[in-house]
Amino acid sequence: MTVTDVPKIITSRFGFEDSHTLDRYEATDGYAALRAALGRRPDEVVGEVKTASLLGRGGAGFPAGVKWGFCPPGVWPRYLVVNGDESEPGTYKDRLLMERDPHQLIEGVLIACYAVGCTQAFLYVRGEMALAQERIAAALNEAYAKGYVGKDIMGSGFSCDVVLHWGAGAYIVGEETALIESLEGNRGMPRLKPPFFPAAKGLYLQPTIVNNVETLANLPWILLNGGSAFAELGAEASRGTRMFAVSGHVKNPGVYEVEFGVTTFRDLLYAPQYGGGIRDDNALKAFIPGGASAPWFYEEHLDLPLEAKAVSAAGSMLGSGAVVVMDETTDTVKACARLVRFFARESCGKCTPCREGTDWLEKILDRILDGQARPEDVNLLLDVCDNISVGMAWPPKQTTICPLGQSATTPIASAVMRFRDEFEAYVGGPVEITVEVKGAAFVGPRQPDPLVSPDEAGEVAGV
Amino acid sequence: MARLTAENEVVALEIIARYPRPRSALIPLLHLAQEQDGWVTDEAMAHIADLIGTTPSEVLGTCSFYEMFKREPVGRYVINICTNISCQLLGGEELLAHAQEKLGVNPGGTTPDGMFTLEDVECIAACTEAPCLQVNYRYAHRVTNEQFDWLVNDLKAGRRDDEIPAHGTLARIRQHIPADRAAGASLPEGGTEPPWITDNPPPPPPSDPKSSSS
Repeated sequence: MTVTDVPKIITSRFGFEDSHTLDRYEATDGYAALRAALGRRPDEVVGEVKTASLLGRGGAGFPAGVKWGFCPPGVWPRYLVVNGDESEPGTYKDRLLMERDPHQLIEGVLIACYAVGCTQAFLYVRGEMALAQERIAAALNEAYAKGYVGKDIMGSGFSCDVVLHWGAGAYIVGEETALIESLEGNRGMPRLKPPFFPAAKGLYLQPTIVNNVETLANLPWILLNGGSAFAELGAEASRGTRMFAVSGHVKNPGVYEVEFGVTTFRDLLYAPQYGGGIRDDNALKAFIPGGASAPWFYEEHLDLPLEAKAVSAAGSMLGSGAVVVMDETTDTVKACARLVRFFARESCGKCTPCREGTDWLEKILDRILDGQARPEDVNLLLDVCDNISVGMAWPPKQTTICPLGQSATTPIASAVMRFRDEFEAYVGGPVEITVEVKGAAFVGPRQPDPLVSPDEAGEVAGV
Repeated sequence: MARLTAENEVVALEIIARYPRPRSALIPLLHLAQEQDGWVTDEAMAHIADLIGTTPSEVLGTCSFYEMFKREPVGRYVINICTNISCQLLGGEELLAHAQEKLGVNPGGTTPDGMFTLEDVECIAACTEAPCLQVNYRYAHRVTNEQFDWLVNDLKAGRRDDEIPAHGTLARIRQHIPADRAAGASLPEGGTEPPWITDNPPPPPPSDPKSSSS
C-alpha cells in the first residue's frame, strides 16, 4: 500500500458547511493567490504553472502551461473557456468542485486569464447541474461586488469578465471544439482539427484556451505555494494530487483526492480510507480505470500506479478520474451493452463510422442479450469496431473527427476478449475470434492469440 | 403566451449583451423560454430568432440537438433515472422498472394528470451515490424503491415545492454583472494587446554566454 498523507489541494474546504460562500473563501486564503499573481509578470505566472507540471484533468492529460503557450503571438483578443460539461460515465469531480468551492474555480479562471492575456472567460457548466449553476452565479455576483472580477480587478489594471453559461444535455459538448460550437449557439458538433486547434482558432476563430474545471481549481494553490511544491508531489509526468471517483461494487464508493502518480489502483479500491474493498468481500472481475471510454483493467493491473504513462503503457488511460469497479457477480455482456448504448445515443451524427457504427453495435448487442444472436455475431461486433477504430489498437487509431466512436469500441473489445465465455453462453455456441485486436489491455495473459485458431494453436503446441 | 414576456425580454437582452456575438446567447435564451412555459414553444423560438438576429429554423436546429429542451409539454416534474454503468451495477435498471410501475408510464411518457414525465437518462455525475435520479435536475442519491415512492408522494402533495421548482427552472439565481463593474464583452474584431501584458513585458532573454565572452 502506498497511501500517502499529502495536503488536500483542491478539496481543502469541502469539510466546511459554508464552503461555497465568499466569507469562508476569504477566511481561508481566498483570492490571495490572485493578488499574488497580479503582483508578478504574466509570463512568470505561466512559468510557475509549467514548473508545477500541471496536467489537464479533463481526460486527454495535456500539460496546462504548455497548452497556454500555443496561442499565436500578436493575435487578440484571446478567450478562456472553462469546460464544466462533466458527462463521462463514472465521472464525478467537477460537479463537486463547482458546487462546493466555486470561488476557488473563479480565482483559478482569473489567474489563467491574467497569465494568458484573456479578456473574457466563459464558464460552461453542464446543463443538468442546477445547483452548480446556482452556486457559481451566487459566487460571481459576490465576487463582482467585491471587485475580484470585472473591470480593473483589485486596482491592478487587469480587466476580465467571467460569464456563466450552461449547456442543455449533450455529452459530445465536452469535446473542446464541440464546446466552442455550442458556445457559439450551434449544434454541438466537433470541428475538424488539425489544421486549427482552439489555441490558434477557437471561439469566433480567435485564440482560445479550453481548460477543465479541476485543472483551473489547482491554480490558486500553485500560486500560493509555488509550482515546485506542487511538482514535489506525485511521480513521473503526473504531479500534484488528483480527484478520483470510485464507484460500483466497492464498500465505500466516494470521491477521493489522492497523490497523483504514486497511489495505486489497489490502494484506491482496497485501502480503508478509500474504496475499502469489494462489496461482500467478493472477487474483483474488472474495473474501468478512467471513465466509460477507457479499456478495462483486471486483477493483474491493481498494482499499477495512478500515473498517466504507466497506465497508457498497459493499454488504457486515467481519462477523467472515474474508476468503476465490477465484482464477480457482474454480467459483463450487459455492462458492455449499456456502455455501448450510451455512445450510440450520444453520437452527434457528423461522421459516418461513428453515427452508423455505434448504432449497429447497439443493435447487435441487443440481440445477443435477447438470445436472438448467432455465434458469428461476436465477430461481427469486433468487425464493426475495427471499422471505427482500426485494429482496436492503443493508443487508438480513429476514423472520425473526435474520439467518441472509438470509445464505443473499448467496452466491446474489453468484454469480448476477456469474458468470451459469457458471450458464448448468450449466443449458444463456441466463438472463434477472427478479428485482430491489438490493444495491450484487451489482449491479456489469459487470452490466446486471436489470429491463431484453437486448432492451429494445438498444432503449434504439439498437442 | 409563448413569446417571451416583456419582463423576460429584459432578462434576455441583458444576457445577450454579455456575449461578443448575440447568437452565443441562444442556449441560455432557450432555457429562459423553457423556464417561462415549461417547454420550448415555436413562438418563443421565433421571438428568440428576432432577438439574436437569426431565423427560427436556425434556432430550431440548435434547440433540437440538446436533450434538455422539450418541444412539447412535459410533466410538472421530469424524473430522470440514471441507468448508466455505475448505477446499472447497483440497481438503476430495477429502480427504473419500479418507477415505470409506480407511475404507470414508460420512459419518455407523461402521467395523465400532467404531474410526472419519466426519463431513462445517461450518467448525471453522482456515480458514487448510485442508484441516483434527478427531479427537475435536483438530485436524489442512493434511492431505494421505497424512497422513490415517498418522493413521488411528497411531490404530489407539494411538500418539496421549496427545493424543487416546476420543470423549466434551472438556476434560481441569475448572474448579474453591475454596469460599473463590467469589463465588457470582448469583441473578436479589432482586439489589441491587453494593457497588463503590454505593461509587463517578459525580460529580454539572457545573452548567450558564449557569444558575449568571445
